[in-house]
Amino acid sequence: MSAYLSVNNIEVIYDHVILVLKGVSLEVPQGKIVALLGANGAGKTTTLKAISNLLAAERGEVTKGDIQFKGKRVDQLTPNELVKSGVIQVMEGRHCFAHLTIEDNLLTGAYTRKPSRAELKRDLERVYTYFPRLKQRRSSQAGYTSGGEQQMCAIGRALMANPEMILLDEPSMGLAPQIVEEIFEIVRDLNQREKVSFLLAEQNTMVALRYADFGYILENGRVVMEGQAEELRNNEDVKEFYLGLSSQGRKSFRDVKHYRRRKRWLA
Amino acid sequence: MQFFLEVLIGGLLSGVMYSLVALGFVLIFKASGVFNFAQGAMVFFAALSLVGCMEKGAPLWLAFILAFGIMTLLGIATEKFVLRKMVNQPPISLFMATIGLAFFIEGLAPLLWGNAVRRLDIGLVDEPIPWILEHWNMVISKFDLVAAGLALALVAVLALFFQYTRVGRALRAVADDHQAALSIGIPLQHIWALVWAVAGFVALVAGMLWGARNGVQFALTFTALKALPVLILGGFTSVPGAIVGGLIIGGTEKLAEIYIPPVMSGIFGGNFGGIEGWFPYVMALLFLLVRPEGLFGEKHIDRV
Repeated sequence: MSAYLSVNNIEVIYDHVILVLKGVSLEVPQGKIVALLGANGAGKTTTLKAISNLLAAERGEVTKGDIQFKGKRVDQLTPNELVKSGVIQVMEGRHCFAHLTIEDNLLTGAYTRKPSRAELKRDLERVYTYFPRLKQRRSSQAGYTSGGEQQMCAIGRALMANPEMILLDEPSMGLAPQIVEEIFEIVRDLNQREKVSFLLAEQNTMVALRYADFGYILENGRVVMEGQAEELRNNEDVKEFYLGLSSQGRKSFRDVKHYRRRKRWLA
Repeated sequence: MQFFLEVLIGGLLSGVMYSLVALGFVLIFKASGVFNFAQGAMVFFAALSLVGCMEKGAPLWLAFILAFGIMTLLGIATEKFVLRKMVNQPPISLFMATIGLAFFIEGLAPLLWGNAVRRLDIGLVDEPIPWILEHWNMVISKFDLVAAGLALALVAVLALFFQYTRVGRALRAVADDHQAALSIGIPLQHIWALVWAVAGFVALVAGMLWGARNGVQFALTFTALKALPVLILGGFTSVPGAIVGGLIIGGTEKLAEIYIPPVMSGIFGGNFGGIEGWFPYVMALLFLLVRPEGLFGEKHIDRV
């Protein structure tokens, strides 16, 4: 496993005062799906945005550490240059262009490539084979489509840039379990057939660990645990705190506050 | 009937002149989702630059190109010094920034070119076309007709550009969501510089035509006020809407000016002139009640 995307000990500060990431390091090997897990406010989205260079728009900046993609530093690039080099982010909350049709949304994804008409058509068809539902809704305004369709649209739009790596932020947000499953199946499909690597930020630990190869768990802006997805799934701490299971099996929500285990790493 | 037609056509043609100013607003609104308060100042600045270059001895075509160059520089500077810091900020901040920009341009223009009222001669005279006068006995201004033709051509080109080109699509995408556009690699900075340059071009055409008719003076900044009801009618986001809105406003205001005062005077007595001064705003007000997004504007989409 060669280091493909590597994040080395980065620190992110918002508004010059708010320290959000306190030295996060992680690696995504080529062709793998890596999950970035953790509760609200743990720093998952910030990590992804640090990689995709979208922090500037939110008055955040990477103050320490560096980020490398295929051996080159990418933390000083503009988002435009980064997309050209093959890394693209699908933002949390989908962010489709509400007033554009689904097809126009997809076409904007190809902006950085300046493809020919024939290429564009072929790429559109490719996206439609992964997301047949989008083909049916191709001429409706994205704002009027369902949440699942918008998520598909957002992923499809990223795909139009022909990325080598997709940073996928919270794809399950606000979606029915069945749709979540559908979307993760497609992610796996894309990973296996198109050889796209994924870095996946998720709160839905259960689903994410089922589809990912490797996982990192963030808490308070630090990586507190990492390992093969399989390992993490069977780890007692992860079970207790992130999967809601304990050694006595499933617990009642009424008792959930009475931790028997402690988060020792928070000391 | 003939008189009615004459008034209507005159009104429609002058309406196209409003459309021209409105078009500049629509461009900026489409690309950044903000009402550009500085558009009127840009019209003034563009016209003044054009006259300034001509006074230095340049022929009209050269002066036009030079003025366009100046407007492009202004657009790039606006992006660099004003908009770049404003990515992903609330629209009201952007709007406030354009107010500041308006004052800046209004100050810069006389500083560069002096503040005397100038005449602008673009080789078009505001006189009736003899052929129409002879055959139809109607007074239709040559100037108005050419101006309308120019405006229509501009609108057609821009509408096609927005709908069918790669950059046009990117522009609409940026208007919808700055951050998402950034995330898929659309370079906001280029897009904004481009759109401000194009808005500068539209301001230049508008400034040239308005300036040739009324003289190049500070009052040109108020043409923006005339564009407001046009925008409300046509919709802030629609290029064709600007032209339709302009036609409706132009036509109705002239008709109202001619036909309403006699009726009103008959009922109430007294003098009811000058209706065209406020009639468009009443229309806009009524329109806001019925269809706030305008005839062709984008509906606000909200998920519930």
